[in-house]
Amino acid sequence: MDDILLLDAIERYKKGEMTAQERTFFEEMRKNNPDIDQMAVEHTFFLNELERLGDRKSYKHTLDEVENTLVNEGIIAKKQLKGKAKVVYLWNRYRRTITVAACIAVIVSISTATIVSMYSENKQASELTPLVDNKIKIIEAKVDDIKDQLENATVSTPIKPKFAANFRATGFLIDGNGFIATNAHVINNAKNLVVENKKGDQFIAIPVYVNKATDLAILKVTDTSFKKINALPYSIPRASAELGEQIFTLGYPKEEVVYGEGYLSAKSGYSGDTTSYQISISVNPGNSGGPVINKNGEVIGIISSKETNADGVVFAIKSKNIYKALEEIKTSESIKLPSVATIKGLDRVHQIKKIEDCVFMVKGN
Amino acid sequence: MPLIPYLKKGNPLNCINFTPFLGYFSLIIVLIIRLVNISDHEQLLLQGLAANDKKAVETIYRENYLTIQSFIVKNNGYPDDARDIFQEAMIVLYEKVSSGSFELTCQIKTYLYSVCRRLWLKRLQQMQRYNPSAESVDEVVPVEEELDIHEKRNADLIVMENALNKIGEPCKSLLEAYYLQKKSMPEIAEFFGYTNADNAKTQKYKCLVRLKKIFFAQYKNGG
Repeated sequence: MDDILLLDAIERYKKGEMTAQERTFFEEMRKNNPDIDQMAVEHTFFLNELERLGDRKSYKHTLDEVENTLVNEGIIAKKQLKGKAKVVYLWNRYRRTITVAACIAVIVSISTATIVSMYSENKQASELTPLVDNKIKIIEAKVDDIKDQLENATVSTPIKPKFAANFRATGFLIDGNGFIATNAHVINNAKNLVVENKKGDQFIAIPVYVNKATDLAILKVTDTSFKKINALPYSIPRASAELGEQIFTLGYPKEEVVYGEGYLSAKSGYSGDTTSYQISISVNPGNSGGPVINKNGEVIGIISSKETNADGVVFAIKSKNIYKALEEIKTSESIKLPSVATIKGLDRVHQIKKIEDCVFMVKGN
Repeated sequence: MPLIPYLKKGNPLNCINFTPFLGYFSLIIVLIIRLVNISDHEQLLLQGLAANDKKAVETIYRENYLTIQSFIVKNNGYPDDARDIFQEAMIVLYEKVSSGSFELTCQIKTYLYSVCRRLWLKRLQQMQRYNPSAESVDEVVPVEEELDIHEKRNADLIVMENALNKIGEPCKSLLEAYYLQKKSMPEIAEFFGYTNADNAKTQKYKCLVRLKKIFFAQYKNGG
């Protein structure tokens, strides 16, 4: 009951309802009694809080009323928008999202188109490019023209008529007696064939074996001027080569012999063809038919083709195919493959010097 | 500074032609008059607001609501969000003016915009829809500190409201009638059916003691 009286006193004091006498008495009491003073402070704070809640509530009520008035006047948008207003509103609200969506749509459509076109390119990429240089015909025709003009202009020593070739590729001796291995696609449809050494001497050759399935062909040099080579510097193994082996090749992508280096990247060739290897090497049209030689001087394969749109994906016929070929033609031709590589252990420059005499340009028309 | 262009080299000062200044002067005077008018108008509005005057509230609403709504709708919000945010800002403004410490350092418009912007960006952040492009170049005044105070006050009020909800009837209604709706004791006695005002008063104090207990228990626990 005392508490209630005290609370009442505090409230009246706060509201200023006390008489001057009561006031003085109350203040005196607070001064002398810290407990009462504490209670007064606490209660005042509490009452202020309560009052603030009351103020806030009535203010909130005012706000709601005003809001309602304005909603009824249409100044504040109603909760549910309708018709055009809604469209405008949605546009405003989602403008950024729509822009982003449109951008994404554009990107997606472009990338889809790109992917589709890339896919179709990949289809093409899977096609193989025979590494035969066909531009040669045009160039050589011009050269011949010039030579003809020269001959007509000056009466000179008779020159052996130059062979007018319309393709150029590479081949290499597999037997010193004049048997040259190259690709079947090289000599495809050729009426006449010549092989040319690095000095430019040309020798007429005829195909003695053509296998389009393995893409292997063997030519025989019939020209009497051909000097046979007694011992070939490289050997031709029957066994498979190992993955990752360092390999090199010599070939004629241009009018002089070109050296290229790479490694064996897969034991099967195009689309899992087990008769060939996949090698990683830089080759160009004209390299077809070139020997793929490892560091021990073993010809492990013959370069045949590359993937059109992939860099350095080249396929080479495995050397054991040569043995199979020999089996097939042993009745008509006696070919002895070299079994000892004399260049084994030499440094690369000397290896090449010895090999290049045995690598020929194969031309035909 | 603007004097310098008119000081031609070699000219004695009394030869300066003052005619171009007349334009400036009149412009400045007009601006001052307008400024005074604006602040008069705004001062009245704020006084009305402090007294919870409906007319003042309505005027402020009419003058500012649409700006805020378009800001919020442009920045990923709905008109309903704008209503919420604007109310909140009005409460902040009310607290500021009713605390008596409010000095008009900027226009009501700028103040409300700043508060709404801050409140809305905060809400966007909470919803994780924060969009840095909402940083606008519009004039704003710093309101972070005030909003922190406002938040603290809101939390306190929630504690009080919770306490009120906990004491149960008829205590709640009794206290609300007296302290919130400011009804007189005889009125309350009659409304609640007490035989006299003194009984009602005693009952009211009993309720108040209970409310106080609950309030301080929660308040001291940090809400």
